[in-house]
Amino acid sequence: MDNRLEKIVQVLQENAGATYEEFRGELHIFIHAEQIVDVLTYLQDEHAFTLLSVLTAVDYWPQENPRFHVIYQLTSLTQNMFIQLRVPVNASQPRVPTATGVFDVANWREREVADMFGIEFEGHPDPRRILMPEDWDGHPLRRDYPLGYEEPQFSFNFEEIDLRKPYVKE
Amino acid sequence: MSDYQLEEIPVGPYKHLVSERAVTGETMLLNMGPQHPSTHGVLRLLLELDGEIIVNCIPDIGYLHTGVEKNMEAKTYLKAEVMSDRLDYMNPLGNNLAYCMAVEKLVDLDVPPRAQALRVILVELQRIASHLVWLGAFGLDLAAMSVFLYCFREREVILDIFELVSGQRMMTTYIRPGGLWRDVPVEFEAAVRNFLKIFPARVDEYEALLSKNPLLQDRIVGIGKLSAHDALSYGVTGPMLRASGVDWDIRKARPYMGYEQYDFKIPTRPEGDTYARYIVRIEEFRESLKIIEQALNKLPMGPIKSDDRKFVPPPRSEIGTSMESLIHHFKLWTEGFPGPKGSIYNAVESPRGELGVYLEGDGGPKPYRVHWRTPSFNNLSVISLITRGHLVADLIAILASVDIVLGDIDR
Repeated sequence: MDNRLEKIVQVLQENAGATYEEFRGELHIFIHAEQIVDVLTYLQDEHAFTLLSVLTAVDYWPQENPRFHVIYQLTSLTQNMFIQLRVPVNASQPRVPTATGVFDVANWREREVADMFGIEFEGHPDPRRILMPEDWDGHPLRRDYPLGYEEPQFSFNFEEIDLRKPYVKE
Repeated sequence: MSDYQLEEIPVGPYKHLVSERAVTGETMLLNMGPQHPSTHGVLRLLLELDGEIIVNCIPDIGYLHTGVEKNMEAKTYLKAEVMSDRLDYMNPLGNNLAYCMAVEKLVDLDVPPRAQALRVILVELQRIASHLVWLGAFGLDLAAMSVFLYCFREREVILDIFELVSGQRMMTTYIRPGGLWRDVPVEFEAAVRNFLKIFPARVDEYEALLSKNPLLQDRIVGIGKLSAHDALSYGVTGPMLRASGVDWDIRKARPYMGYEQYDFKIPTRPEGDTYARYIVRIEEFRESLKIIEQALNKLPMGPIKSDDRKFVPPPRSEIGTSMESLIHHFKLWTEGFPGPKGSIYNAVESPRGELGVYLEGDGGPKPYRVHWRTPSFNNLSVISLITRGHLVADLIAILASVDIVLGDIDR
């Protein structure tokens, strides 16, 4: 691990109860959901992590506790470092405080995660769906959401399939 | 009309995004797209207009959402790669590279030097081709029709090179985990040299047509200013960030595929306006040419694939004589190779900015999660900020200078 990163990890371990893992030379730091905004602010102000490269999530269904990891990949342009924060989220209460106050990019990216995974970002200024239609049921990137195929309609069973075919509601 | 009464206008789900004047009907809500020719694909913009001044611009995306990330989870590592071509359809080889580098990092696979150099040449050609489409569309949006035709003429030469090496003009899937699909044919070097010979004069020609053209300058100088701070906060990368004065390019900051061997500059401009974005991309043409020339001059000989048979299929000639190769071939094309449990993030510099792949494996032959950090998504999110207070006609110029690709945004 990089010396500079080691110091950051130490501070986060002491103040935010963070744990970390390393894989292929990448550092993954686990942060509690209620502390994520403080940690992001700290990294942005004190260590010049000015670019939030990635904000996404992973679903570990059927594991319940935690079911999701919300991932924040930060880049520091001046120090040429990158760091990944992971926030475990439980299936019963999929909620994370919004990071829109720290990074403007979090606005769209959090909408995407909310749309695709059904994780609520508390205090988000614009909590609409972003990629799927407004009236869509379910969250497509969840592991329990089927990939889905369309049944081919032939002349002999056209009507039958048409009855159960989902259409966009007006 | 003195007896005209202002009525309450229903603004529905956009109520928190528009100003109060839209609710009373003082400003007008105008829908632009998704079929508008200058929205470069299926992008819908909801504009709140005060006369011809933009008060608010609310982008609505998702019309081209094809669930690429979900689909990739259901395919093996190798089969998932063909989906990457279809994301950013102006940059298929760049997407292949981003994905293959992510897979290589996940399974810890080395790439031989010849494959690395060829990848650099192809990706830089792709960067030029992508910028050519951008320049053509940019000119077209600003009523410079001839530039569009010139740009597509040159792009054709590049697409012919891609066809030569991969058999496909656009959806190449040529870069594979561990190297390349096959070696380039003997005509490749002559074809690239021919392009290197003709193209510098053509860039000068574009510049002669556009850079000092007062009709163009009137429309783009000082329009759509983006400060460096806002650009970073909105996660804007690539030429747009560099046009705001931030010297950041992943090819320099964290060199991959041997970019550290090549001598090239990162063009930046301090202004952050539409003109700066135009100039930065024009300069990138020249820098990419430099990289291609250097890479071609010292193109090493040797294998174009890793010889780690657990991940890279054996050559056809071996299958007839070696039992081992036959087994590897069969296993790779039926089951695929397993990716270890763990996750990595790998970013490359695409023509539009930081193209990153978050890849997570679970020990099986299919990726557990693939996330594409696509640059256009972030670059577009800044549009409402930089169009505020401009005219509708300026919106077209700004949108053209952002260089969006909807396949890249919606995934």
